Amino acid sequence: MNTNVISINQLTRNFKETVAVDNLSLEVKSGEIFGFLGHNGAGKTTTVRLLNGVIEPTAGSMRVLGLDPQVDGPVLRNRTGVLTETPSLDDRLTAWEILAVYADLYGVPRKAVRSRIQELLAEFDLADRANEKVGGYSKGMRQRLALARALLHKPELIFLDEATSGLDPVSAHHVNELVERMARREGCTVFMCTHNLVEAQRLCDRVAILEHGRLVALGTPTELTRQYVRRLEVEIEVEEEQTEAALNMLRNMPQLVVGEPTKPNGAIVVTVKERNSIPDVLASMVMSHVRVYRMAPQEANLEQVYFTLHEEKEGV
Amino acid sequence: MNARAIFAIARKDLKVVSQNKNIITPIIIIAVLFFIIFPWGTGLVPTLLHGFSGTVDTLEGFLAKMPGNMRYELAGYTVSQQLFIVMLVYMMLPFFLIIPLMIASMFAADSFAGEKERKTLEALLYTPTTDRELFIAKMLSGWLASIALALVGFVVYAINVNAAAWSQMHRIFFPNAMWVVMILWVVPALAALGVSLMVVVSARAQGFQDANQMAGLVVLPIVALFYAQMAGAIFLNITTMLFMGLVIWLLAGALIWLGSRGFHRNRLLAG
Repeated sequence: MNTNVISINQLTRNFKETVAVDNLSLEVKSGEIFGFLGHNGAGKTTTVRLLNGVIEPTAGSMRVLGLDPQVDGPVLRNRTGVLTETPSLDDRLTAWEILAVYADLYGVPRKAVRSRIQELLAEFDLADRANEKVGGYSKGMRQRLALARALLHKPELIFLDEATSGLDPVSAHHVNELVERMARREGCTVFMCTHNLVEAQRLCDRVAILEHGRLVALGTPTELTRQYVRRLEVEIEVEEEQTEAALNMLRNMPQLVVGEPTKPNGAIVVTVKERNSIPDVLASMVMSHVRVYRMAPQEANLEQVYFTLHEEKEGV
Repeated sequence: MNARAIFAIARKDLKVVSQNKNIITPIIIIAVLFFIIFPWGTGLVPTLLHGFSGTVDTLEGFLAKMPGNMRYELAGYTVSQQLFIVMLVYMMLPFFLIIPLMIASMFAADSFAGEKERKTLEALLYTPTTDRELFIAKMLSGWLASIALALVGFVVYAINVNAAAWSQMHRIFFPNAMWVVMILWVVPALAALGVSLMVVVSARAQGFQDANQMAGLVVLPIVALFYAQMAGAIFLNITTMLFMGLVIWLLAGALIWLGSRGFHRNRLLAG
């Protein structure tokens, strides 16, 4: 994971008055799963288009697989695969026909076309319905077919734009497994645009968070949670008769506890200002003779990072 | 140029468009009307008019207004035979040109605008095809469909014309050399002009209907040609057909060159 597969330097793209991508700089290393997070309209899809030479930047430069997308677009696109946000499939064609057309477009050797299509259809569990028109496919099937199409030519770098959006949990899990396998076993670099923060946390080696086209955070999920999540939720289970006393005690600890402690499912949930506060909270409870059975800090996740950054940006 | 990619896109477009009822239905209706109903309808005219006093005089008056070249070619035929030749050979010729032009325009109108509407364009833009290959591929499907259907239509029309006029002509009189020149020289040129114009329009339109409205305007020069011939203002013969074909080829060539130079995938998604 040493060489940079993507290097972006001060990339900007405007659409009339709107700045879709604003002075973006980042690098993606070979073989990593890189998460590109942001709300709708944050500039994720525009960045993917720019990186594949489909649209031109207003300013800045980029190298993808050592190539300039604006100059070497066709050569570059032969080495990348893109799963677009909408599956982009002709309803009047069958899965086989679609894959055969794209095999020709990606220059898959003629002798290998049949076996490659069969392999992908089997891999994506579409072999039984390969000769049916795509118009009759479920959303999950369409998404799997679109992913199979993006992988037809065995790309070195794959862009996934909301790959699991709208999929049922089983289909989403299947897609995520495939993404992980491509990166871990086959050494493919994955650039993953997503809203799904849980998915990003689980799959991505590093993530970038985009807000109105601007990069607001970049790092591994662990680095980002350490950097941005300062408040921590802790679940505390105490002797049932002592719950009210424990709540009152916690309410009187404004130097450690943020906001009002709650009791959603029997256990008390408090938000502490930082991780270091946890032993102090415990010590205070023990000194007050509260019998503590369990104290479980909830691990910070990307979701908290995301909302912290979003709130900062919006001035909430 | 990647011929494999170009033909793959053209094949895909032909397959997709051929299943689109909004495009195929008007083509079938017009083909049946022009290639079958029109010759047989004309074939019935002498029978229907038989016995109506003054009709022959009216027809003779109409034929007398035709240019001298045409009157020369019609010399020696009976009035009924002259009617067949004027209607089915000369008057139908500009009308026949509408068919390939219309098919080419409808296919080309669907090329980018239809793909945008069906949200299938983006995946195509992410393929390694160059902008020029994409432009040519999109033109090719409309051009091939147009020429293929014009040839089939021509054969069907020829059979129907000779069959419908057999009772009066007593011989195979169609096609003549002018029609052969039209099919082999003018039709491909006109189809090329139609698709190149409409692909440029389609790339800028948001949907098929937007682009298709422009397709309607493309046939206007042909309608003007029909009225000019009907009024006796011009007389289409082999020389004029060869010249007309040459002009159309030059226009089509210029439009293809300008269109492919100005076509950038960037503009299809930007904005």
